[in-house]
Amino acid sequence: MNYLTQQLVNGLTLGSVYALIALGYTLIYGVLQLLNFAHGDVYMVGSFAGYFTMIGLGGPQNPMVPIWVMILLMFLAGMVVSGGLGVMIEKFAYRPLRSSPRITSLISALGVSLFLESAVLLLFGPKIRNYDTTDYIPIGTGIHIGGVTIEPMRILLIVISAVLMVVLILVVNKTRLGRGMRAVAYDSDAAVMMGVDVNRVIMLTFLIASALAGAAGVMVGLVYFTINNYMGFLAGLKAFAAAVVGGIGSIPGAVLGGLLIGFLESLAAGYLSPNFANVITFAALIAVMLVKPRGLLGRSAIVKV
Amino acid sequence: MTNKPDDSAPQGEAPAKPAASDSLHIGTDEWVAQHTDRQEARRGAVAMLAVVRNRLPAPVLWGVPLILLLLFPMMANGYLLRVGVNLGLFLMLSLGLNVVVGYAGLLDLGYVAFYGFGAYSYALLSSNQFGVHLPTWIAVPLVVIASAVLGLLVSLPSRRLLGDYLAIVTLFFGEVFLEFLSAGDTISVPWAKEPVNVTGGANGIVSVDGWSLFGFEFKTNTPYFYLLVVTCFALTFGLYRISRSRVGRAWRAVGDDALAAEAMAIPVKRLKLLAFVVGAVIAGLTGTIFAGVQLGVYPTSFDMPLLILLYAAVILGGSGSLAGAILGGAVMSLLPEVLRQPEIGEALFFVVLVIGVFKVMGAKRGAIMAAATFVVGLVINAILALSKVPHLATDDWAQSTVGHVIGPWLFVPADRMLWGNIGFVVLIVAIATINRIPRRVRALFIPLLLWLAIFVWMVRLSPEASLTRQMVIGGVLIVFMIARPQGIFGKQRVDIV
Repeated sequence: MNYLTQQLVNGLTLGSVYALIALGYTLIYGVLQLLNFAHGDVYMVGSFAGYFTMIGLGGPQNPMVPIWVMILLMFLAGMVVSGGLGVMIEKFAYRPLRSSPRITSLISALGVSLFLESAVLLLFGPKIRNYDTTDYIPIGTGIHIGGVTIEPMRILLIVISAVLMVVLILVVNKTRLGRGMRAVAYDSDAAVMMGVDVNRVIMLTFLIASALAGAAGVMVGLVYFTINNYMGFLAGLKAFAAAVVGGIGSIPGAVLGGLLIGFLESLAAGYLSPNFANVITFAALIAVMLVKPRGLLGRSAIVKV
Repeated sequence: MTNKPDDSAPQGEAPAKPAASDSLHIGTDEWVAQHTDRQEARRGAVAMLAVVRNRLPAPVLWGVPLILLLLFPMMANGYLLRVGVNLGLFLMLSLGLNVVVGYAGLLDLGYVAFYGFGAYSYALLSSNQFGVHLPTWIAVPLVVIASAVLGLLVSLPSRRLLGDYLAIVTLFFGEVFLEFLSAGDTISVPWAKEPVNVTGGANGIVSVDGWSLFGFEFKTNTPYFYLLVVTCFALTFGLYRISRSRVGRAWRAVGDDALAAEAMAIPVKRLKLLAFVVGAVIAGLTGTIFAGVQLGVYPTSFDMPLLILLYAAVILGGSGSLAGAILGGAVMSLLPEVLRQPEIGEALFFVVLVIGVFKVMGAKRGAIMAAATFVVGLVINAILALSKVPHLATDDWAQSTVGHVIGPWLFVPADRMLWGNIGFVVLIVAIATINRIPRRVRALFIPLLLWLAIFVWMVRLSPEASLTRQMVIGGVLIVFMIARPQGIFGKQRVDIV
């Protein structure tokens, strides 16, 4: 029972991270129908930004500011850097290709991903960075559930991602920008005719999506400690899988998919085989895709000719 | 009654019409028919390539490269031969991917897995892993058949998946395969007590048998090179014939618009499966050769960067064009090799820079910019020399002729890593923001930017060849997609609404 609880908590933590990245995928796919393969690397850059903010503030051992402020600043730095990076990527790599065949922006996205991974490696070297926050960030004692102690950092992570998701859903459903996003997603040509500034909407979508990825990057550092320049690929792939399984373009779907993958992965690692956790996860996803090709919460698209 | 005069009038004039416009024929699409002329009427290097390709008689176009290639092993050293073998493997892969992506328009992101499947199956059938040593002429056909079956199995359930969803499922398939390779050294099977080592995990399978055909053992790279020349030519010829055949035309119809093709009674699903299987077979066959060349297989040979390079090759060359797949494959296979050597890489950098400046700015302004950059370099040199930042003498850092030539002009600080990194970040920011600077003032910043680019390349990027080539390839992909989305030999799609 304890073991199961532990695995479920692991799954929830992992799932929240995947869900945050998946939201970015889904938002971008929603407005542009673009598989943004660079999204995982944006998340990686966010993680590095958080790390260097922490180091810049004196590191976890002897911080120059109160620990809460430091964590806040780390999130802020990760989100700002990632958000800015996302906007730049959109402007230079995707916007010129908007009227080209779809596959060209896919290739461009792969190019961005390759560029970011090697640029980070060039700047910061192959050393694996460690957030190393276990012993030094004392934020409460954690909660005991069924004999299992949940680390405070995990609770913080789950709470923050829940808050970010709620904010995102409010933005998409209640604000003018959100209405613009939904309009562009539904039919960007018609949206232009209705006076929606499509460029601005797409830019802000990238900003939001990338900022979420940046937050996820900082979270991963805080909970799982080690970060490196290749961490973006697999995490991005899984988050992408989450977005797809949930029904790409659907926001609740991305959250659902993220959590599903988190649970799948931690349960597969805990009960079946740690080595084959990824294999099992992806195989399960393929199965879901074949049964429900549009994802769990996706709408089926009817093409009129 | 009233219609009659109207009907008769055109009939009366009808004989005159065809004479007036001789070239118009019913049943031919003029836009398509004029494609070659249009291509040749354009200017620039690409059009010249197209003219060469269109005008040369077939025996010359095929024969001359063949003869040159057959002579190649006699002139090349071991390294060049190995590069040639890699090029051959890469060309086969890009030709195969061109069938799937270029002809049939299927986004297969698990393509590399078939390559890996071919290599690993061959390795399992002829190595000490399970003590099986099948002769090559049995192992290779077996692997090819197995690849076809696997291709069918992967594509069969995906046939109801459209566009992106096919890409997603194949991407997952590729990832599952890769994970399976690296975790496959401890597979628990019900009938064995110990976990079975199937794929050798991260260490891969070593001591794979080389090829041997008709009693001839492939011991060096030379026979493999000849083998690859033969297979590449056979493949190119075969694909050329296929692309002109009924199936090839149908593939292109499916790739252009599957819905319209289906309306024309083309069996879309069967054709998609066929394209997928053909791709898988070519990749699997290439895998067997690869395993033979390497005498071992490792999971890292089949990961994402290879897939990116292959896609880049096919798209760069022009999706759906055979010549494009070959040219793109050659560029993408040789570019990393070229960039590995500072001697060529640095020269290439300056050539591209100069051509870029003159192409974008025109001859006159380009020359002014080049001169200004030269002056900027001297000024910066003087300022930094005064600032007492420790720096290196030319002989201490220059790796190539280019380095020695510009050595006195370029200021190279002793802490190359720090200054190079700063320069790199500033350069990226500068490129990103240069459009924000008002047009009139912008010209003043361009020499600075050029100097910074040269500085960063010589100080930081050129010594880190392996990273730089990744970055360059990434950058080339982005820039190329923006500049020429249809690829070198691709046909720009004309949408008639």
